[in-house]
Amino acid sequence: MDDVIIGLEIHVQLNRLESKMFCGCSTKYHNSPPNTHTCPVCLGLPGSLPVINRKAVESGIKVGLALNCHIEEETLFYRKNYYYPDLSKGFQISQYDYPLATNGHIMILGDDGIERNIRINRAHMEEDPGRLVHAGTIDRAKYTMVDYNRCGMSLLEVVTEPDLRSPKEARAFLDKLKSILEYLDVFDGSLEGAMRVDANISLRGGDRSEVKNISGFKGVEKALSYEITRQRNLARRNIKVVQETRHFDELRNITVSIRSKVGAHDYRYFPEADLVAMRIASWVPAIRDSLPELPDSRRERFVRQYGLTDDHAKSLTTEIKVADFYELVAARTAPKIAAVWIADVLKGELNYRNLGIESFDPEHMVQIVQLLEGDEITEHSAVAVIRDLLDKKGSSPQEIITSRGLGKAEDDVVEKAVAEAVAECSAAVADYRAGSERALNYIVGQVMKKTRGKASPGEVHDLVRAQVERL
Amino acid sequence: MIMLSDLKASLLAGSAEEYLARLYERIERSKLNAFTTLAKERALQEARSFDKEPGNGLLAGVPIAIKECISTKGIETNCSSRILQGYIPPFDAHVIERLKAEGAIIMGKTNMDEFAMGTSTESSAFGPTRNPWDIDCVPGGSSGGSAACVAGGEAPCSLGSDTGGSVRGPASFCGIVGLKPTYGLVSRYGLVAYANSLEQIGPLTHTVSDTALLLEIIAGYDWRDSTSAEKGSFLPDWDREVSGLRIGIPKEYFGEGVDPDVERAVWDAVSVLESLGASWQEVSLPHTQYALAAFYIIAMCEASSNLARFDGLRYGLRLAGEDSDWHTTFSEIRSKGFGPEVKRRIILGTYALSAGYYGRYYLKALKVRTLIKEDFLQAFKQVDLLVSPTMPTPAFRIGERINDPLSLYKADIFTVPINLAGVPAISLPCGFAGRLPIGLQLIGPHFGERAILQAAQAYEAATPFHQRKPEEVV
Amino acid sequence: MITREDVEHIGWLASIKIEEEEKDELVEQFNTILDFFHQLDMVDTEGVEPTYRAVDLVNIFREDVVRVSLTQEEALANAPRRENGYFKSPRIV
Repeated sequence: MDDVIIGLEIHVQLNRLESKMFCGCSTKYHNSPPNTHTCPVCLGLPGSLPVINRKAVESGIKVGLALNCHIEEETLFYRKNYYYPDLSKGFQISQYDYPLATNGHIMILGDDGIERNIRINRAHMEEDPGRLVHAGTIDRAKYTMVDYNRCGMSLLEVVTEPDLRSPKEARAFLDKLKSILEYLDVFDGSLEGAMRVDANISLRGGDRSEVKNISGFKGVEKALSYEITRQRNLARRNIKVVQETRHFDELRNITVSIRSKVGAHDYRYFPEADLVAMRIASWVPAIRDSLPELPDSRRERFVRQYGLTDDHAKSLTTEIKVADFYELVAARTAPKIAAVWIADVLKGELNYRNLGIESFDPEHMVQIVQLLEGDEITEHSAVAVIRDLLDKKGSSPQEIITSRGLGKAEDDVVEKAVAEAVAECSAAVADYRAGSERALNYIVGQVMKKTRGKASPGEVHDLVRAQVERL
Repeated sequence: MIMLSDLKASLLAGSAEEYLARLYERIERSKLNAFTTLAKERALQEARSFDKEPGNGLLAGVPIAIKECISTKGIETNCSSRILQGYIPPFDAHVIERLKAEGAIIMGKTNMDEFAMGTSTESSAFGPTRNPWDIDCVPGGSSGGSAACVAGGEAPCSLGSDTGGSVRGPASFCGIVGLKPTYGLVSRYGLVAYANSLEQIGPLTHTVSDTALLLEIIAGYDWRDSTSAEKGSFLPDWDREVSGLRIGIPKEYFGEGVDPDVERAVWDAVSVLESLGASWQEVSLPHTQYALAAFYIIAMCEASSNLARFDGLRYGLRLAGEDSDWHTTFSEIRSKGFGPEVKRRIILGTYALSAGYYGRYYLKALKVRTLIKEDFLQAFKQVDLLVSPTMPTPAFRIGERINDPLSLYKADIFTVPINLAGVPAISLPCGFAGRLPIGLQLIGPHFGERAILQAAQAYEAATPFHQRKPEEVV
Repeated sequence: MITREDVEHIGWLASIKIEEEEKDELVEQFNTILDFFHQLDMVDTEGVEPTYRAVDLVNIFREDVVRVSLTQEEALANAPRRENGYFKSPRIV
């Protein structure tokens, strides 16, 4: 899409911290009743004062370094002044001049198949507002309910340059960012509200619109696709795109304008006088040393160390939990086979069931791969074992194999079945002789039926061909 | 006139409950309108407990009045504003915790200028407070209630807050002692913010030693206030003499605009200090004339942000019937809930911070602030303390200046530079203009409270002014 | 010079409704006060750093430790309107 220009602002909630950014309220509010994780500070009661969570700043530095940013020597908190019911103080403590981190980049695979750096303008710290619950959709609700449990959670805002060219690239960027953040263990992406995206999009030559507060990466792709269509339609009718803020309606899959008055945002930023400056340059070396191996490095290492294809390495390193799982298994089995069975088979079965890798015991995968290596079960059976384990129909691979009789059929049983099948399928044999390869598959199928899938299809294929040739 | 040490002794010998009950009676008959909320039931209960079991807190059994804007758990805290009427904090300010730990009894909340924005307590939503020395005069502001109740014999001591002179000005107009500590010495946790880079909580008492005692109790590090400092004890060495003390007289604090009675009284005070062994020299604080403008710009800008939280959603005023969107509704609430002076300052502060004006007003004022702070640092290289009038005039009449905001602002010319620099200062009585008290301001370097208190104590011991009582009090 | 339009716009930014009758008086008062502020234009502040806060402290933090929160009842105790544990706000648009 040559004419599409997209920039993203991603709010990442540092929900692996125990307490909020400026107060000691617990961060584990996700299943709690409303307004049960608040205190005078995050509720903005008159007379309350903020105090900075040291670990939040350390986490921010970790992320900044992982995004290849420059970390500011002295960084300050500012007040961003605006009114909204979810903002308990009537201002948000955020950063403006001297943000924590600037000038970084993340590598993604572009639409054109070429890897490209997407520049990060800055990453800065701020506090989350509360959560609005509308009675209906935002533009039709008669009133709104407010829950401040989330208010004051530590956020890192990551702002990209407008380097993205399509909804798909935006998605790729978000996936990569999420992957890095999970590697750093500053963030649990599975929790609600963990990552919220504002997207700025324009067509070349036109004004841009901003779609705010999209949660979920699918939502981002849909919102951007809708916006591109909407803006193209306007352009076709020679109507100028209004520079405005819009909201993505997940139920109707459209964006709606939510500015009640078109007025420039004037946040009147000034330094937060209740907080003092942070001189953190001296923290950087130790934090840099403590950074774990990041996705791109780990991917390269998988290719080098285990001899994997780039595709497999990528598939295995996107999520840190999968990468850890793989390495546990690869330590005790043939790495390439393990890669196939984890990246191609297990991941597929997990996705189908909406499960995460933690639903599977790595010990079980070790056993399965070892059985495959030792030619003791067929691939077909291995798949069945994996499915049964995920569906909780057995407690271990061995137990399932025994109870369902999935052990590989003995050679003579197979040979017997081959001989029988070839004898029975005279029509197919004739077709094969006449040139049809597919006729052979039919006979193989019959053998598989006879052996109840316990034979190895590849082997059977060779045996049938040999048998038929012999006739 | 009560000294807290004497009071403590008499409470132990007598009954705290009786003493407190008498105070409440006096308040009931009073014309001063110093109090907004009386925590009668709870306070009398605590007094009864003290009578049974005194304990050994430094303020055991002593009632204290608290300015409206300092959060008191379970007691209404409304900053004398309609928009916060009925708000009951679920927590105590740090200073309240400290007072309670020493056995003090919170007897009630005192009237103030709405949200501390004023110099006369006339902008309160609950009517002006009157000066015990002349009930047609203002008690000063914004801690007018806290000063009037002490001067008027309705409370033995009180706490106020000082953003641009709001403890010292009332102390001066009411003939008592008031101190603004060094910025950061007393925790602001629980103080409803007006201008957070300028304000501090301070005591208002009859004598210097009482102020020292209260300061000792409320000062000190609080982890909940990131601007809070740890600075050791202040109780002065009372036996130490003032001889050898070098006093500076800033020339910009005298002359045009200063009432002749005030100037005379302050120079008399300088003579007294000289006779006690101090020496004095003229110094200059060259940027003094710009302090008022710098102060008001900074204060208004910070106020516009600090008061943004008052929208009626989580606490405070809500109007009947809401058919509009949130912005319209909140704007209506804020318009009806804030008084005119507060609205003026919020709007001007918003203007001064807005795009295009930030550099000319806010940023400029902050740079001038640096110059003013520098003036003080330079002066303190030559002298130990500075001496000046607290206010340029004695108390003016109620209604005299309220319609001319700028004339009210100008009453603060000698107090605001101290807040801009963050240094400590005390006001204590040094004379009278007719029956209206005149206040003497002693200014010290950062964390120089000990020196100020020592000099103030020596001066007080050598003069009779702190012993006079207002006859007007009913 | 601050104008009526300025006052209206700032009123909107500050979320304070300004009645028609108030506007003229406010414009006059504001211009008087702003004139007073303009004396700062005469101060030479070339090379002077702004003083944003009155203390010289840096790096004041708290540890990442959970502390007791208010109960739902305490949090809502002063709320003029509430429903089912939430604060009730007028509609957004």
